[in-house]
Amino acid sequence: MINDEAWYRDNGIVLHAGRAVAAIDRDRRTVSAEGGLEVPFDRLILATGSDPVRLPLPGSDLAGVVTFRDLDDVDAMVAAAKPGAKAVVIGGGLLGIEAAYGLSRRGMGATVVHLMDVLMERQLDASAGFLLTEALAARGVETVLDAQSEEILGADGRVAGLRLKDGRVLPCDLLVMAVGIRPNTALAKAAGLATARGVVVDDTMTTSDPAIAAVGECVEHRGQCYGLVAPIWDMCRALADTLTDGEGTFEGVALSTRLKVSGVDVFSAGKHLGGAGCEDIVFRDAGRGVYKRIVLEDGKVAGAVLFGDAADGGWYFDLMRSGADVGDIRETLVFGQAVTEGLRGLDPSAAVAAIADEAEVCGCNGVCKGTITAAITSQDLTTLDAVRAKTKASASCGSCTPLVEKILQFTLGDAFQVQTGPKPVCGCTAKGHDEVRRRLVAEGLKSMPAAMQALEWTTPDGCASCRPALNYYLLCAWPGEYRDDRQSRFINERVHANIQKDGTYSVVPRMWGGLTSASELRAIADVVDKFAIPTVKVTGGQRIDLLGVKKDDLPAVWADLNRAGMVSGHAYAKGLRTVKTCVGSDWCRFGTQDSTGLGVRLEKFMWGSWTPAKVKLAVSGCPRNCAEATCKDIGVVCVDSGYEIHVGGAAGLHIQGTELLTKVATEQEALWTICAVTQLYREQGWYLERIYKWMARVGLPSIRAAVEDPDQRRALHDRFAYSQRFSRIDPWAERVAGRDAAEFNPLSRRMELA
Amino acid sequence: MNALVKDPIAWIDVGAVTDIPVRGARRVPTPDGDIAIFRTGDGQVFALRDACPHKGGPLSQGIVHGRAVACPLHNWSIDLASGEPLGADRGKGCAPVIPLRVEDGRLMLGRA
Repeated sequence: MINDEAWYRDNGIVLHAGRAVAAIDRDRRTVSAEGGLEVPFDRLILATGSDPVRLPLPGSDLAGVVTFRDLDDVDAMVAAAKPGAKAVVIGGGLLGIEAAYGLSRRGMGATVVHLMDVLMERQLDASAGFLLTEALAARGVETVLDAQSEEILGADGRVAGLRLKDGRVLPCDLLVMAVGIRPNTALAKAAGLATARGVVVDDTMTTSDPAIAAVGECVEHRGQCYGLVAPIWDMCRALADTLTDGEGTFEGVALSTRLKVSGVDVFSAGKHLGGAGCEDIVFRDAGRGVYKRIVLEDGKVAGAVLFGDAADGGWYFDLMRSGADVGDIRETLVFGQAVTEGLRGLDPSAAVAAIADEAEVCGCNGVCKGTITAAITSQDLTTLDAVRAKTKASASCGSCTPLVEKILQFTLGDAFQVQTGPKPVCGCTAKGHDEVRRRLVAEGLKSMPAAMQALEWTTPDGCASCRPALNYYLLCAWPGEYRDDRQSRFINERVHANIQKDGTYSVVPRMWGGLTSASELRAIADVVDKFAIPTVKVTGGQRIDLLGVKKDDLPAVWADLNRAGMVSGHAYAKGLRTVKTCVGSDWCRFGTQDSTGLGVRLEKFMWGSWTPAKVKLAVSGCPRNCAEATCKDIGVVCVDSGYEIHVGGAAGLHIQGTELLTKVATEQEALWTICAVTQLYREQGWYLERIYKWMARVGLPSIRAAVEDPDQRRALHDRFAYSQRFSRIDPWAERVAGRDAAEFNPLSRRMELA
Repeated sequence: MNALVKDPIAWIDVGAVTDIPVRGARRVPTPDGDIAIFRTGDGQVFALRDACPHKGGPLSQGIVHGRAVACPLHNWSIDLASGEPLGADRGKGCAPVIPLRVEDGRLMLGRA
């Protein structure tokens, strides 16, 4: 009870406390309750509320399993909350997170188990969800995502743990179910009123019986049930108008949500995920852990997700509800109300002039405008880089770069010239490849969401250009640690075959150094017959290409090739492709060294490695160069006195001969050097930049210096060898064994028989 | 909505939302060619004919980013909600939208 009995008496309300209503008689217009009570009515209002959903898991009746809704639940939780004890909260929505955080504050180890892969997915997008997961972890709340609960385990009648569908067991002394509410419709349903999830009402809060109204969490209005207090007040106002012949109606409301976890500022409203015809404005400030996404539709704010700095939540929500056109404040919208209103109506240079000297421009480094203008005039600075170098303004996150540039322009006047910085990775960022690669390593960024946040990506989840690049950079930076993101792989690398114009694939088994055998050829012929493969072609890299394989057949084709001892040739990879060889000293009367043997050895050591772009090798046994080594990415030309190692050839879009990198005396040194130069390229190359372009960019002398220095060469070789421990795995055999099986099967065949 | 079928007479359960990888897609074969069902990073699902308006490339095999997919053949970016090409290729045809709704985590494809 919210009020004492006197309040009811004073307001002319007859209260029958402790009498559960048993039935509504709509014909006689009476309500009957426990103890034979019968109350007549002209108008009836249902406010029966809702119950928390209790998952029907085995073990849900054990002691210590509670929902999170009323005071009894809270008492049960507080009683169980002993420091050091463990709690599991099922449900990663608003309530579940608040429950877990509260328990953690009481000294319990708390874990949130969530069915979806993003916390609060009804309010947050994946980027904000990731930040929330991190923020909770920092506050002692662990998160298990994508987790389906299967059984609550008990000991002596008390909860002891939760078993997930994947077999994991999370031990716990308290289990909280926070998986949503179910409107109480039993009474309405029994009386024959229209019900769906809730009691169905129209905009005047009237049910299917004109004499009966309903408000609160028990109702369903325009298909929506509400569990927050603000819309319920609106419902009550509409109902009051209806009962007093006023004209107010309830037309549904846009909801906004704030999370009440200390130090974690989260706001969400409206179409937080966007939708058809929507645009996103994304702002990230890695230093402050801020992520903002404003969703626009038809030039109006349609939704917002704010993490880390939600001060402007109310402002965005007002703009959203008022439906104001924000076209003229779009540029500053994401910076919030103060900035937007401060700059409104000013022309750009006047706006810059209007900024006070003591106003902070660069938040990361605490640089104010006066410091910047003073540096420009006193030190004759003319470029953004110079301003950065002298003042550190815009030198960290870079989000104030446009403003610093405007200050430079304003201060210099006509002397200002637009500067072009390094080429950005893609439209999702202003940062170049080198900066991205450097910071992944320096800041220990080991996942795609971590990288996008720290590097302030301007899109929620990147694009088809940056995702494969980031995936490669992470893979290269953290061998054995980073988990490859297959959804960021181009299709060929995702399915380990080359897509063709008709959607079929080509399959190229590896032939080490271009060598094959009768049994391999026989197995290939059998596969061609068995799967009716239409085209068999000899490639330029001394292998055999099977063209026109249906995607569904790929695992079976690979299984047969595996059985004959063949593995993936990676003809689809930004990685090591082939090592082409000539027959060398084994057969050739001119051969000076065992070029075939070296080629096989190189390929067996280097296969499976990922590189910025494809890498083709060749080994020729003498300067006649029958393996055409001098137009490959890396080529070896054997001579009597040793091995010439060449780099930077190309014979595709561009035709370019190699440059001589160095000469070594032994086969072993040749292998070390080739691995070292490959690793240097792996670490420095920009994604999709072939070796010849990398060489042109960094200069042959710097590459030569690295591989001719014994210590550097060894270090590079060792890093390559370490990475290879995780790479020399046949992806075909893994998929034959069942990995990524869903990739090769249709989702459903139920539409085939239409 | 430029849906291929305006009023489906049947909704067919073709699997669970979670059967589709996040930022990925799956195929559903039909007598009229494959349908591609996409799931975005935000957990939204969309269905299109699995054929790029450019050269018929299988969109289900592309990289899903934001609310778009990059066709695996020539990298056209296709809006998942409308099936229309984005950016420089805007206005050059569209991949028909297939009616799709989600009921209790199940994917229901509409059939006329």
